[in-house]
Amino acid sequence: MGVLAHAGADAIEDRLAGHALPGYRRLRGPETGLVMLRGRAGGDGAAFNLGEMTITRCTLRTEDGLVGHAYVAGRDARQAELAALLDALLQDPARHDALHEAVIAPLAAAQAARAAEHARRAAATRVDFLAMATMR
Amino acid sequence: MNDLLPGFADPVLDAQSAFRAVLEAMSRPGRIVAIDRLPEAPVPLMPAAAAVLLTLADADTPVWSDAGDRVVAWLGFHAGCPIASTPLAARFVLATGAAPALDALDPGSEEEPQFAATLILQVQALERPMDGGPEARRSESAAYADKLGSGWRLTGPGIEHAHHLHVIGAPTDFLAQWRAQRPLFPCGVDVILCAGTRLAALPRTVQIEEG
Repeated sequence: MGVLAHAGADAIEDRLAGHALPGYRRLRGPETGLVMLRGRAGGDGAAFNLGEMTITRCTLRTEDGLVGHAYVAGRDARQAELAALLDALLQDPARHDALHEAVIAPLAAAQAARAAEHARRAAATRVDFLAMATMR
Repeated sequence: MNDLLPGFADPVLDAQSAFRAVLEAMSRPGRIVAIDRLPEAPVPLMPAAAAVLLTLADADTPVWSDAGDRVVAWLGFHAGCPIASTPLAARFVLATGAAPALDALDPGSEEEPQFAATLILQVQALERPMDGGPEARRSESAAYADKLGSGWRLTGPGIEHAHHLHVIGAPTDFLAQWRAQRPLFPCGVDVILCAGTRLAALPRTVQIEEG
């Protein structure tokens, strides 16, 4: 789900293009709302409200009776719906491997490549604080 | 979980419309109000009772129900309400079969009577004598007329003189239970009667007698 949460609706739709998808019914949403994010300082402090975040959620049931849920950041209803559909379909052992290979793996690879590229560009300006390291 | 049904088609507008219907019913006790924007309710939940619960129940209102796991799962998913283990602990009590006695529900306290339970009671039918319903049907079916009985005569706040209501399928000792909770006022249980897509409310202020 983490991969789908970071992928745009267009990217997911492109990957799904060749697959025969079953029909489904929306049980809830897709609908956009706010969730309160709660934080905890240092892992043992008292919980506090960090702020509100916009999310879109969707729950649907496929013709085979599988229920899929998705919560994604932002207000992209189509992304939430596709992520919920994939959540349901990936529970089906007959489809899991094919879908994982066709959709999740390429998206994860693209996201990893993007993160690596970002890290590489950041690494060019990296400063090693040797003095601080040796002082410890 | 696998046979979960959708709730309201449009959660905001449908719930507002159902809220308006409940408000109308509560402010004019015994008047039958139809809800026109209904959710698809899991059996044995009637559409009107389902709409009332989706509208009123939320995370702050424990619900007790005798309608089985399917309804409980549906309510938990769409309304997000906690499920009470006993009728006494619930803010909303849903009765689809034999209703729990009114004195088994939370009547609120003298300081906070607004926290009393509301009983959502499913009955077979609600009829108003004036609209020609039972009178017309009485000639058609003697059995139906027998079941109809003599009906209820309601008086109290929200009713100018008296209002007549026929309830088919209410517990036989309901009127006795209702009279027994009158001395508790301002505490007491409110009742919403649901039949199919229609509902009528009995706020605790109303007085009911046969006739």
